[in-house]
Amino acid sequence: MKEKIESILNKYNNDPSRLMDILLDIMENSGYVDEFSISVIAESLNISVAQVKETISFYHFFSEKPRAKYNIFLNNSITSCLRGFKEVKEAFETEAGTSFGNLTEDGLIGLYETSCIGMNDQGPAAIINDKIFTNLTPYRARKIINDIKAGKKLEELVYENHGDGNNAHPLMNTMVYNHIRKKSILLDENYEKFDVIKNELKNISPQELIQTIEDSNLRGRGGAGFPTGLKWKFGSRMPGEHRVIICNADEGEPGTFKDRVMLTQFNDLVFEGMVLAAYATKADIGVLYLRYEYKYMLNYLNSVLDNMRKENLLGEDISGIEGFKFDIRIQLGAGAYVCGEESALIESMEGKRGEPRDKPPFPVEKGYMDYPTIVNNVETLASAVKIAKNGAKWYNSFGTKDSLGTKLLSVSGDCRFPGIYEVEWGTSIREVLEMAGAHNVQAVQVGGPSGTLVNVKDIDNLSKTELMKWYKPSGMMTAQTAFDRKLSYSDLPTGGSIIIFNKDRDILREVVMNFMDFFIEESCGSCSTCRNLPRIMKEKLEKIINGHGVRDDIDDLLNWGKIIKLSRCGLGQTAANPILSSILNFRHLYEDHVMAMTDYDNQFDIVKSVSPANSFVGRKFIHNHS
Amino acid sequence: MSEEIKFKIDGKEIIAKKGQTIVEAAKDNGVYIPTLCNFEGVKPKGSCRICSVKVNNRFMTSCTTPAAPGMEVYNNTTEISDLRKSIIELLFVSGNHFCPACEKSGNCELQGLAYKYQMMVPRFPYSFKKHGVIATGPKLLKEQDRCILCQRCMKTIKDESGKRYYAFHNRGTKLEVVMDEEMSKTIPDELARQAMKNCPVGSIIYKEIGFAEPIGTRKFDKQSIGSEIETN
Amino acid sequence: MSKKIIATTSLAGCFGCHMSILDIDERILDLIELVEFNKSPVDDIKTFTKQVDIGIIEGGCCNSENVEVLKSFRDNCDILISLGECAIMGGLPAMRNGIPIEECIHEAYINGPTVKLNEEKILPNDAELPMLLDNVYPCHEIVKIDYFLPGCPPRADLIWDALVALITGNEMDLPYEVVKFD
Repeated sequence: MKEKIESILNKYNNDPSRLMDILLDIMENSGYVDEFSISVIAESLNISVAQVKETISFYHFFSEKPRAKYNIFLNNSITSCLRGFKEVKEAFETEAGTSFGNLTEDGLIGLYETSCIGMNDQGPAAIINDKIFTNLTPYRARKIINDIKAGKKLEELVYENHGDGNNAHPLMNTMVYNHIRKKSILLDENYEKFDVIKNELKNISPQELIQTIEDSNLRGRGGAGFPTGLKWKFGSRMPGEHRVIICNADEGEPGTFKDRVMLTQFNDLVFEGMVLAAYATKADIGVLYLRYEYKYMLNYLNSVLDNMRKENLLGEDISGIEGFKFDIRIQLGAGAYVCGEESALIESMEGKRGEPRDKPPFPVEKGYMDYPTIVNNVETLASAVKIAKNGAKWYNSFGTKDSLGTKLLSVSGDCRFPGIYEVEWGTSIREVLEMAGAHNVQAVQVGGPSGTLVNVKDIDNLSKTELMKWYKPSGMMTAQTAFDRKLSYSDLPTGGSIIIFNKDRDILREVVMNFMDFFIEESCGSCSTCRNLPRIMKEKLEKIINGHGVRDDIDDLLNWGKIIKLSRCGLGQTAANPILSSILNFRHLYEDHVMAMTDYDNQFDIVKSVSPANSFVGRKFIHNHS
Repeated sequence: MSEEIKFKIDGKEIIAKKGQTIVEAAKDNGVYIPTLCNFEGVKPKGSCRICSVKVNNRFMTSCTTPAAPGMEVYNNTTEISDLRKSIIELLFVSGNHFCPACEKSGNCELQGLAYKYQMMVPRFPYSFKKHGVIATGPKLLKEQDRCILCQRCMKTIKDESGKRYYAFHNRGTKLEVVMDEEMSKTIPDELARQAMKNCPVGSIIYKEIGFAEPIGTRKFDKQSIGSEIETN
Repeated sequence: MSKKIIATTSLAGCFGCHMSILDIDERILDLIELVEFNKSPVDDIKTFTKQVDIGIIEGGCCNSENVEVLKSFRDNCDILISLGECAIMGGLPAMRNGIPIEECIHEAYINGPTVKLNEEKILPNDAELPMLLDNVYPCHEIVKIDYFLPGCPPRADLIWDALVALITGNEMDLPYEVVKFD
């Protein structure tokens, strides 16, 4: 036992900054990280036991307690709920004979809920021992449990062979489907792989490459929209012994799955983009931070990297360019939405809790191990390759004036054709709904839970007055109807998550509550604001939904939403958005619930409140004079 | 004098040394910006958010933001005061801060700030958390429901090789600061006393001594927190 | 000017806040000029005999009777004040919050080190006895409270200043020393 742990520690040179990998290996090896392993790790890395546990307890897929032989992580995101999560969950529980959060007595099966796993187009989905199971139904859930109980192997639980494209690759062999519904310049398959590294790079200088990217007006496709060329330029100018390119493949915003498809089908573009970024900025270290949920791709992606090394597309003197040295390793995450924030991602890569850093300094100044670090989204890097090949002017012929090029949308929810749509910037919500075959639409969540809940009805006048003073998703004032709002940096910026809700959905009870649970679950807890307010605001929303709300409660929610904007990172600042955005665009739902005739209600229920004591002493009433 | 940086806080001219944060420069110039998680001598983390100020119409934590020439910082505005008060209230309701029974009462920085901002009642409902007390070590106990997760103990209480006595455990609403069980058994007396001193609230308590100072003579009984910094 | 009418009560409190009311010393003579007491332990009037201007509540709610009294204060008083830590945040009694009620009752009547005379292990359940609530509640989580005066007990000066301000309609002076939580 000790030897096994020590061999893992040696593999990573007893380096505390590789704690994530050490823990991942131990999890893989023994299913959990026991006290003994923790003490060996602590001693070898010269940190305290409490420090080791600090990292373990932060990540959803690490455990200090034994897990089962088969661990079922069922995704509880909103799209999963729209497609029968509750029934599937019940089927798992009934058949396994235990409830979620627990193991069966024999230790065979463990049931856990987990936040969005990037399978919104084919949910409800679950991860069972790192393998993905899509389109779950109660029938399939029961079948899986029975097969496990009958002693079948993991591979034998699969009810469909494999999905399309590279999903069928022997190293991946997953039942996941790409669902590419609309292709444009990025998803166009008529190109030669690694063409730019092989044939173009030697003809252009790093400065020229940066200039091309700057001229293309490419902006970060993860959602924040920072100009990519500018980021590369800053990074290239920062002094440092090493420079680092990180590809952020930790897509955790519920409803987004475009990176999954890019990494499955166009990983060459992603890796090529990383090499271009390295060339432009003279970086030598490359890391793809892959969310744990996509571990099923790991072996396959590593094989792609191996082939690149064989072809001299990674390594020393890449593609014959003297002194151009760069390689890429894949860092697995371990289940934490906040790690999608670039500085939290870097903390995680250094073996710590994924807590966002204070800025300044920005990662381009001091990032991974304090080296200048450029963190780019999967889609951004792939787009950079197309731009390097075809030129900035070509790229500028797509999109609108303020938002150039194309965007991958992950469309899910109530529509006939969920999947990936590559659209030009400037496409309206109406067009997206038409493409996806959505009818009877009530609302569209653009940009995931942290984004905007768009009401397809006209924006009413109410939202334009009092509320607009402080809460302003940009461009809200300009659109005639919400339906015609355009996906663009000036109107509806988005990382690409589009979730559609039809008129049968209860926006507050189903949607907003689900999103608030998500933020409560995924807060790192560092800031006083984001740690506490989402819980308090959700309780207030529950009060309103339960018919105990008064008008002041709505104002309280709006006011408290200002406090959370003090949080350090984007996750925290937007953690109240589900409530704020739904008040802004669906205020009538709140007004319908609150009591107009009273200004005070507290949900206090004397009968409920005395019932524990009553039942303990065996009394059925309150007391004599009441 | 290129090392000197001039900027403004609420219109008052501040002269900072290069590399100083806003909060440090303010202090040197007689302006008090409230802090909780910040601790002199260790890297700031900006987790309590109480020192938030407005710079260029954006909220920044003044403990982490370096002073820059020409900056216009807003510290004492109605908006910011109310936001700070709301953070104090959040910390009160999310723990279990019953002042009359707390050893740190009168010397507690959270309480001191509540006095400064005249918190009469928090606007949020109380959660009445019950994480309990960890009292396994010989010298110290940790009252989990008074902990405001400021990380000061995590950053300052270490052994000679740099190992931390305190660490986070879990995340989000379940986040706690715990003490390393093994290390707590052998913590040197001086360090244990330091741990209690560095804790801004009454979460880390040195065993066997409490309520030693009578009411009326304690730090914040008569003097508002930060009044020693303010020059006018 | 007609005298303002005041009522006071102590719910789950220790009467310390009432002591602090008396602690206004000789100003109590001035107070009598300004106000008339209705239902209050101060004058031992048991029930409301008229509509009251200012109701002062000490203590939070730990049992069903507290709730009943508090609600009757809300019904009979124009303004309600939560006086002291217990009324504002449950105070010392609220330290039981989070502990299952069974454990509390067992500790008090069966297992506690001071329990000597309960060999039959009787749990009090007379119909006249009020029932314990699942938690101790701050008053404003049961009824609407208009003003809050913190302290354990609140300083006599704070109580005096607040009452004078309310009666005269003038602004209240809040010097640093008077707002304290212990």
